Amino acid sequence: MSWFSQTLTSSIGKKLLMALTGLFLISFLVIHATINAMIFYNDGGETFSHWGHFMGTNPIIRTLEIGLVAGFLIHIIDGLMLWKSNRDARPVKYAVNNAAANSTWYSRSMGLLGTLLLIFLVIHTSHFWIPNRSNQFATGEELNLYQMMLDIFQNPIVVLIYVLGCVSLFWHLLHGFKSAFQSLGLNHVKYNGAISFVGTAFSIIVPILFALMPISIYLGWVK
Amino acid sequence: MRLSLKVWRQSDKDAAGGFEDYKLDHVSPDMSFLEMFDVLNEQLIEEGKEPVAFDHDCREGICGMCSMYINGRPHGPLRGVTTCQLHMRSFKDGDTIVVEPWRAQAFPVIKDLVVDRDAFDRVISAGGFVSVNTGNAQDANALPIAKEAADDAFAAAACIGCGACVAACKNASAMLFVSAKISQLALLPQGQAERSIRAEKMVAQMDAEGFGACTNTGACSAECPKEISLENIARMNREYIGAKFSSSAV
Ligand code: HEM
Ligand code: SF4
Ligand code: FES
Repeated sequence: MSWFSQTLTSSIGKKLLMALTGLFLISFLVIHATINAMIFYNDGGETFSHWGHFMGTNPIIRTLEIGLVAGFLIHIIDGLMLWKSNRDARPVKYAVNNAAANSTWYSRSMGLLGTLLLIFLVIHTSHFWIPNRSNQFATGEELNLYQMMLDIFQNPIVVLIYVLGCVSLFWHLLHGFKSAFQSLGLNHVKYNGAISFVGTAFSIIVPILFALMPISIYLGWVK
Repeated sequence: MRLSLKVWRQSDKDAAGGFEDYKLDHVSPDMSFLEMFDVLNEQLIEEGKEPVAFDHDCREGICGMCSMYINGRPHGPLRGVTTCQLHMRSFKDGDTIVVEPWRAQAFPVIKDLVVDRDAFDRVISAGGFVSVNTGNAQDANALPIAKEAADDAFAAAACIGCGACVAACKNASAMLFVSAKISQLALLPQGQAERSIRAEKMVAQMDAEGFGACTNTGACSAECPKEISLENIARMNREYIGAKFSSSAV
């Protein structure tokens, strides 16, 4: 194995990949949440569709999108590999284990929370991203994503799934955001407070913003 | 004090093993946890039974031998305390106490509560040392060391290699131990010559031993009897990644 692949397949290298892709996905969430929040202008989707059109057609963004898909794939595959090897590291479990005395449940459940996010991601992309891109590929035309949102979020089960997806995202980020900095070796008395504050704020604000979208449409606040 | 014990018994490495129940009627609250086990073992010997095998040596919190997973926590309920320094006054009359060995792929059970921690020795042998020819001790002022560096190195060097970090971690990760050993040398001038190769080799050996990776849950540091800080794991990550991407070892 070359030194490079040896590095990335070591325990610390796998964590490095998790942290880098995790932070990259966080930066994607900032953009995704900002553009989708345009629906709260309640202008019949005009502002939202303007930016949606830009994101769906701009060549630079479309190239970055390949990086995003790769980022997701690396994060998911690497995460599942870590989950497997970490489980193998303790073949015999404790009969009595008081883990709550030394760590939070969500920090111990990143694999479970990630899997819930993965299930949500499959549902979510099959609602919007996959139909839109395949239509663009087939006809060159974009779908009316705003109208699709209004239609899809009439179903209370779908709204519930989206809210649960946001809840999983909240817990995943509440640990993940800070954890990524520690994985990168960025642990410093001067900055730990700021990282922790921004991480907690981000984990609360972004999932709430996302959850408000299907809820607002379902309740008819956004038309 | 009267106590009920549920203790893991396993006759050798390959045997199945299981819990045995014991009752102790005269436990003094001033006994240490290991002294309580001495009492149990005398009782077992008098009954003509096999005493419980457990590791111990110094019984003063410095050797790191006394590995016991007590009521779901390594070294029992107190923070910053080894099993040998845990006293029965931390329990209540009538309590049931469950005692298990460390559980990790890399720490196989040898007998009862004794596990094989040679994996730690092999990690140290891979690079946890400074190769210099010893001569006369030089003047202490010949090597200036910043107070902060000396303090951090000293705090990292407090690790007694007990393995509680591995035992507590949901991934049986050894990163707190390995990072303490890498840190104590990376922070001092004597450790500089082999700094990169040390980080590369010790991490490679840690992975080869079958320890898990770190999820940053913090369980290790919370359970460490020497309260080794998570900052050491961040430092190890920097040392390792830095070494891998810049050293000339291909
Ligand atoms: C938008 C979606 C997601 C974001 C923003 C995100 C972000 C993060 C971040 C920042 C971390 C911390 C990395 C570290 O500790 O160094 C992390 C860890 C993790 N993520 Fe995600 N993630 C997302 C989706 C997923 C998905 C779909 C999975 C699917 C399996 C997943 C699985 C994991 C696992 C298993 C870990 C813990 C790895 C470990 O420390 O052992 N994540 N994530
Ligand atoms: S880091 Fe703490 S828990 Fe781990 S071996 Fe050293 S002293 Fe024991
Ligand atoms: S017996 Fe030495 S630390 Fe407990």
